[in-house]
Amino acid sequence: MISVIKPGLQTTVQDKGRIGFYEIGMPPSGAMDKYAFTVANLLVGNHPNAAVLEITYLGPVLQFGKRMRISLAGGQIPPRINGQPVPMWTTLEVREGDELSFDFVQLGARVYLAVEGGIDVPLVMNSRSTYTLIGIGGYEGRALAAGDRLQLADMHEKEVAVGTQIDPRLIPAYSRSHEIRVVMGLCSYRLTDESKQTFLNTEWTVTPEANRTGYRHRGERLQFVEREQPFGAGSNPSNVTDLGYPIGSIQVPDGVEPIVLLHDAVTGGGYATIATVISADLDRMAQIKTNEKVRFVPVTLADALEARREVQARLSQVASAI
Amino acid sequence: MGEKKAILAPLPGIFYRRPGQDLPEYVQEGDVVKAGDTIGLIEVMKNFYEVKAEEDGIVAEFVVDNEGMVDAGQEIATLK
Repeated sequence: MISVIKPGLQTTVQDKGRIGFYEIGMPPSGAMDKYAFTVANLLVGNHPNAAVLEITYLGPVLQFGKRMRISLAGGQIPPRINGQPVPMWTTLEVREGDELSFDFVQLGARVYLAVEGGIDVPLVMNSRSTYTLIGIGGYEGRALAAGDRLQLADMHEKEVAVGTQIDPRLIPAYSRSHEIRVVMGLCSYRLTDESKQTFLNTEWTVTPEANRTGYRHRGERLQFVEREQPFGAGSNPSNVTDLGYPIGSIQVPDGVEPIVLLHDAVTGGGYATIATVISADLDRMAQIKTNEKVRFVPVTLADALEARREVQARLSQVASAI
Repeated sequence: MGEKKAILAPLPGIFYRRPGQDLPEYVQEGDVVKAGDTIGLIEVMKNFYEVKAEEDGIVAEFVVDNEGMVDAGQEIATLK
């Protein structure tokens, strides 16, 4: 068992996500940075879909009720056990009564805590992921609160020696300015040519409205091609007839403040989606903080698929070395 | 004169010196604060986080204006 002494800002139980219900309007939720999530589970020998804690910006204080292995992977929110700094991306061991706490966030935005066996909460539509907007999954459908007690699941598969570390070359580099790759479309034809260039040339600033649902960016105003709106589309030029929103898709309501939709977002609607963040860079989006700078870099679908294969290859390298 | 101590923002977001638009500021420059007293709020991800003084002191100066943007680790105010 793990006791929550302090919850942190927004600490939620997440696994790979609630996959397979997108068409009925259910977003997948799940870990925002799947790379860090996957490595964290590997380092404690868990099943790849074991549930972890996703910690955002401000870490919790947790007390462990028994001896177990744990690991922390993701953004640099430096962890301490009983006040002593401990390394990330490493298999650690805690004893009964040990307390885990965190320093202020340095680089990145989210860190993942995996515990041996995974966090046990009831499965909702095949997933333990928390979807706070409608209050399902995870721990009572919400972020953790002081006094919560987390039970451990039985998803431990492999003994991993304490002190196991991953190759430092496989630890992502985090920074404060970000180049995020996108595939243009589905509705980029709605932007004027000039605004397409503005979208790609602007250094956008991430606003305080940046969470698991989406990241909103401030920068330049974008213009849409004038037209008579088709049947079923809203009257604003940024509206189209309803369509499905890919995860990572970017919409620009009224041409101001592009929003990248993420894992807890609405699954469809009537805004033109002008580009989509490639899946390999969704992990990197998860590590961007409010106030940081983002540039969107266009790539082809072939580039996007190649980038996805590279991420998978890196995860295979991590797995084979543990 | 004692040494000045900084109160840092633990998260990025918008800094507020008052709990609501029509309410007075939590503390003024020159006020005595105790460890654990709230000196402001930071709004991020539609959450409001209370920024607290970590030790006793007198508020020397606010470095960030009301509704100013702060980064994680940035100095918000100093105590003397």
